[in-house]
Amino acid sequence: MSPEPRLLEVRKNVFKQNDVVAHALRERFRSAGVFVVSLVSSPGSGKTAFLEKTLTMLRPRYRVAALVGDLATENDALRLARSGAPVKQITTGTLCHLEAAMVEGALADWNLDKLDFLFVENVGNLVCPSSYDLGEDLRFVLLSVTEGEDKPLKYPTIFNSADVAIITKSDLAAAVEFNREGAHRNIQAVRPGMKVFTVSSKSGEGMPDYLDFLATCRAGTRASAAV
Amino acid sequence: MHELSIAMSIVEMAEEEAESRGVRISAVRLKLGVMSGVVKEALLSCYELACEGTSLAGSRLLVDEIPVIVFCPRCDEPRPLNTIQLFACSECGTSTPEILQGKELEVVGLEIAA
Repeated sequence: MSPEPRLLEVRKNVFKQNDVVAHALRERFRSAGVFVVSLVSSPGSGKTAFLEKTLTMLRPRYRVAALVGDLATENDALRLARSGAPVKQITTGTLCHLEAAMVEGALADWNLDKLDFLFVENVGNLVCPSSYDLGEDLRFVLLSVTEGEDKPLKYPTIFNSADVAIITKSDLAAAVEFNREGAHRNIQAVRPGMKVFTVSSKSGEGMPDYLDFLATCRAGTRASAAV
Repeated sequence: MHELSIAMSIVEMAEEEAESRGVRISAVRLKLGVMSGVVKEALLSCYELACEGTSLAGSRLLVDEIPVIVFCPRCDEPRPLNTIQLFACSECGTSTPEILQGKELEVVGLEIAA
């Protein structure tokens, strides 16, 4: 019989390194008064179109900017730059998600005091980004009507990790016979009480409601920061 | 797949600890919540890779999977979930978003080689 192995008790959170950076980022965002939203979704769910519309619609009233993560190419940054907002691409190489240190690195030479909103578009992936806090105030998970209403049940972890769900491409809902009630039911099953918006980045349908919500959230954060 | 970078962090942590205490590690004990976003099987195969060429080569990763426990506001009690596809109390069915346990990814022990 082999003897019991000698055990060294430790307690180390493997995500700690990321969490420490995320915490510092959150402090920096708070003190600069910038409200930060991150976007996660599967590839092709319309994150970039949604973000382009968001930046364009917010620009007349707010100072906005975006960081966009991708494995390769600067295409998304070029698309988003059409909104006129400052945009920076983070190419992750082979990494399937953004980590707090990449956001920190991308923002190193930015003056956040000059911003009201910062959007961080994660790499298209419904698995890996769920574990990484980026210091954001809100995490949006996007679900396009063309993906099917059972996505939340297939990827409960990422839906659960998000604060708000955005159903995109509503202009295509009828064509793909999107089951709206089913989608809402599945979202609430994996994240009870989650706020849901349905939008079309193409027609603009649903965008004003969601933008009002963003403005309210930002005002709330600023009010609590001032106390 | 982000399990490789996670496996590398685990190995790095364990190596640091082993070095500072002057011991050799034969196994790493890990608590892995089912909502941590990390897949056990993928992590296990990545662990082997991550150990290669380090002082942990040949060591084992012992994974203790931690189920999700939520707080049921109606029962006023911690309750397990029947499935992570439905965040509701397993006793009374009340839906709840409050997770008490199940997101951890924690190294909790290092077994020292004789």
